[in-house]
Amino acid sequence: MCGIAGIIYRGRDGDLGSDMTRMLHSMRHRGPDSTGFALYGPPSDLTVMRFKLADPTDFRDFDFNERLERSRREVESRLAKLGATIDRVQGESDYAYRATFRYDGQLKPLADFVEDVPGAEVLSLGHSLEIVKDLGDAETVAEQYRLDSFRGTHAIGHVRMATESDVDIAGAHPYWAYPFSDVAVVHNGQLTNYHQWRRRLERLGHRFQSECDSEIIAVYIAQRMSDGLSLETAMKQSLDDLDGVFTYLVVTESELGVAKDEMAAKPLVLYESDDLVAMASEEVAIRAIVNREIDTYDPYEREVLVWSR
Amino acid sequence: MTETTTRAVDHRGLAEPDATAPKTAVITGSSAEFDAAELSPRQINLELRRLLYTEGITEVTLRNPGAKHSLAVGLLTRCRLTIGGSLGYFGVGLIDGPEIHITGRVGWSVAENMMSGVVVIDKNAGSLTGAALRGGDLVVRGHVGARTGIDQKGGTIIVGGNAGSMTGFMMQRGRQIICGNVGQGLGDSMYDGAIYVGGEVASLGVDCVEAEFTEVDQELIDRKFAIYRMPQPDRFRKFVCGQKLWNYDNLEPSERKLVL
Repeated sequence: MCGIAGIIYRGRDGDLGSDMTRMLHSMRHRGPDSTGFALYGPPSDLTVMRFKLADPTDFRDFDFNERLERSRREVESRLAKLGATIDRVQGESDYAYRATFRYDGQLKPLADFVEDVPGAEVLSLGHSLEIVKDLGDAETVAEQYRLDSFRGTHAIGHVRMATESDVDIAGAHPYWAYPFSDVAVVHNGQLTNYHQWRRRLERLGHRFQSECDSEIIAVYIAQRMSDGLSLETAMKQSLDDLDGVFTYLVVTESELGVAKDEMAAKPLVLYESDDLVAMASEEVAIRAIVNREIDTYDPYEREVLVWSR
Repeated sequence: MTETTTRAVDHRGLAEPDATAPKTAVITGSSAEFDAAELSPRQINLELRRLLYTEGITEVTLRNPGAKHSLAVGLLTRCRLTIGGSLGYFGVGLIDGPEIHITGRVGWSVAENMMSGVVVIDKNAGSLTGAALRGGDLVVRGHVGARTGIDQKGGTIIVGGNAGSMTGFMMQRGRQIICGNVGQGLGDSMYDGAIYVGGEVASLGVDCVEAEFTEVDQELIDRKFAIYRMPQPDRFRKFVCGQKLWNYDNLEPSERKLVL
């Protein structure tokens, strides 16, 4: 089933972490397996990288922690080798980290070099995007990663009921659109031409971290944008290119977009006001942050909508 | 005083044995009112059943439904219910008899399998509105999503705004009156019934054809729109089943053998 949610404040920042947590927590019945957030904080000169070195489901032998520590030092030394000046590397949980550093080079070689470290996965990379995802419901994940104090401008989130792949962090949404700075995707649905697109995109040099069909959308959008298309055009093209049922949300540094398949098979409720735009698989999620009677609507089949903050 | 459990009085056996209604409603004569803000969908439905079945209330006002799911479902008695706000998914489903007015919007699958009664929704509705409707009137003053009246077997669905794709998919009987535009695949694989459209039709579904709009059709629409005080578009077009897929008697030879 899965549940997705998005929020964009208009011309201001807000309590993004706690708002998104409330939205996702009210939809926990749609997906109890894992919860993920793609949050946009204030843009910084520094590059922010969220990465993990293990999964909570990994078997923990007696040198587990030592190995993690070795891997973390390896990541740091690799960043330095590529010319990044490290500001901070912080452990966010036993196995997930947040690194900030000054770096002007290409992101793809950096991501590839970091992910070459055993067990490493770059969850997000950019100047304001931070992806946080883990097993459990929204409140569990938000508490684990202390998201209640996160302020920012826009975000998307996802609660997952795993149908197509394993229950682990690699299979959790949102997906970073590797190797694009500050682009992320969440998806509700199933894609039936996943393997075709995966082969096609792998031939173009893209990497996949999971067996999850939703990862295709992130990489597909990234590829189309690198072809020079705007976010909206790329999303419109995806309606013809992707088979199956989907409602997905994409975020960039300044925009939030939604696309719905031609069957309108997966729900989305939209609320627009002067102050914010909020959307979710169920209206209860919007009502969790706007506690009054509101006018909402469902987008129709093959609709693509994009908002700027 | 001992607690009265719902089961003791609910002859339809719809509640679980130890379910207890919250009893927060304020009762005045034959009408009652309660606030649903702090109650779970389960508690709201129990309170409604208590009022309608046990207390003999005929008019209930429910405030602050908060877009919760599955509210006011399975009500099998004549009553008048006003819901002051929006409902989530599967609202007022499986009902037989009530007259329900919802002042907000509703999510997917509202009034699913309604047998009789009236449901009026002031704002928009999600997809699968009036799925498998058997009877009664379902009125949405705003827009509706996709697959309105899927598998409809009777009754009337009236939409003041637009409707999405596959409207009237596999409908078998009954009527739909859509004032605005409809999406692609209108009346796909419909068996019978009639769909009236005031606006543009994006495309017709399989075996759905346009039919002559007669005075009888206009009389029906006038009557319905007068009841709900809704404005009519300039003209309606009527769509029915083309009957090309009617092959009920043409069994495959192997199937025939099984039947005989």
